[in-house]
Amino acid sequence: MPNAGDPGPSPRGDEQADAAAPMPRARGDYLPVLLLPGLAAAALAIMTWQGVPFSTWVTLTIAALAMGMMIFVIASGLTLVFGLMDVLNFAHGAFIAVGAYLAMTTLIPLAGWVEANSLSLNLLALGLAMLVAMLGSGALGLAFERIIIMPVYGQHLKQILITTGGLIVAEQLIHVVWGGDQKPMPLPTALRGAVIVGNIALEKFRLLAVAIGLIIFFAMLVLLNRSKLGLLIRAGVENGEMVEALGYRIRRLFALVFVAGSALAGLGGTLWALYRETLTASIGSEVIVLVFIVIIIGGLGSVGGCFLGALLVAQMANYTGYLAPKVAIASNILLMVAILMWRPQGLYPVAKR
Amino acid sequence: MSEPLLTLAGVHTHIGQYHILQGVDFAVPAGAMTVLLGRNGAGKTTTLRTIMGLWKPSRGQVTFAGQPIGGWPAHAIARAGIAYVPETMAVFSDLTVAENMLLAARDGPLEAARLDWVFSFFPALKRFWTQPAGTLSGGQKQMLSIARAVIEPRQLILIDEPTKGIAPVIIENMIGAFRELKRERTTILLVEQNFRFAEALGDWAVVMDDGRIVHRASMAELAGDSATQHRLLGLSLEAHA
Repeated sequence: MPNAGDPGPSPRGDEQADAAAPMPRARGDYLPVLLLPGLAAAALAIMTWQGVPFSTWVTLTIAALAMGMMIFVIASGLTLVFGLMDVLNFAHGAFIAVGAYLAMTTLIPLAGWVEANSLSLNLLALGLAMLVAMLGSGALGLAFERIIIMPVYGQHLKQILITTGGLIVAEQLIHVVWGGDQKPMPLPTALRGAVIVGNIALEKFRLLAVAIGLIIFFAMLVLLNRSKLGLLIRAGVENGEMVEALGYRIRRLFALVFVAGSALAGLGGTLWALYRETLTASIGSEVIVLVFIVIIIGGLGSVGGCFLGALLVAQMANYTGYLAPKVAIASNILLMVAILMWRPQGLYPVAKR
Repeated sequence: MSEPLLTLAGVHTHIGQYHILQGVDFAVPAGAMTVLLGRNGAGKTTTLRTIMGLWKPSRGQVTFAGQPIGGWPAHAIARAGIAYVPETMAVFSDLTVAENMLLAARDGPLEAARLDWVFSFFPALKRFWTQPAGTLSGGQKQMLSIARAVIEPRQLILIDEPTKGIAPVIIENMIGAFRELKRERTTILLVEQNFRFAEALGDWAVVMDDGRIVHRASMAELAGDSATQHRLLGLSLEAHA
């Protein structure tokens, strides 16, 4: 029973407490973004000092942008899966490979459109191939999540073991279905070659890859920041248990994000195979190490961090590949070490409970 | 005495190999506030989490509004009409205050009248509406956590130690808000170690120790019985005097 002399609620008293209490809104944290132009400028400085032509630097930078976008497309799904579901999916490489192979298969009957010297027909063919790749990888992802991942939720060691096993099985199945030889993945006619600006050659396919990567990035930002689904994902990355206690089926959300991540891996694999114009079953394993470096640099669960990390890793690979090829392989590990020493949780860590 | 809205009968909960709840029996009457008291480690938080479905009972029955909810997933229990304000507050730091509230209002859009009612007790939430919840002070986060649980009417609200570490002037606001909820006939199950706070608002008292219920009484009875208070709550009374 309420006691007689209890004071009622006091709004003015609350404001007194608040006058002293709140912190000012944090300024946007843009320092990590400066790494991008910083790295580019450093590379330009070194190249100029070594007498390398400016056009070479531009070519490498565009290549880095294109490669970065492709890695971002592949890595973005993985970072959300790890951030949201706390699942280590080493089989992400399988979705990359399966997507690429499905795209290749789709392009075979469309050879006429691919070889035609018409940009619209070429894009139509590629569009169809990418769609099939995404649907196929997405479907594989759904089956994978239900059958292989669900039994091992919360058990990291088992996840690593079983998903690595899944990757090996997937690669061998690709050998069975498509054969183990290296397949050609020719670029469509209108996308071959380069656009010449001054004395700089901008490869057409790389420009397309950059465009696609930017579209995906902005679409993800819009989805995450302007939709209720995005709200659920961002909240779930922080505290999935509380999201469930608010009445939402967190497991369904997990499955959705996993499928989307797998589909994006399939799209990224398609772009990667076209970029290199060849395709083998190990395409997944080749890319996956870079992908893990990217999501660790970016901060697990952060799409913005993943975008930045992908561009930085691609820059590193391209610049050191030209300037110091012997260091190139180690350069990305060194980049990761340097960034983790600065920010141990990645560039844009997502606040966890 | 009104019909119990929530009943726990012989509930046991294990966390890994630890046997935390060892046969919990009590009832929460509808339309009133029941306070779950007890010292640290008694099992109060585990009880709330078991009711909410965040931990599954290994034995026993949890019944809510006539339905057995033991073993249901947390989202189903939430949709049955139970809201939860955890000890950790669990606000989503990267989301704004507005976004936190949008998530909590799952049955429809944020209702302006109800929101104004919430703001009347927690004006800071209005001021920080577009700020990330992570920039709020501890007391403001607690307000947000409570606001999320009451933005839509729920039948039962589970609240875990809302006054812990909170400035007294904000506790006054909470008292006002809880009084309003009681006027609306919302049933509240409150875990508290601050006996003064519990005394001001509670209708019924249930005391826990070592994973079991050791005393049940009306709050008036317990408030008048300082010998029992000291026997059961001893140190925590002094800590929150």
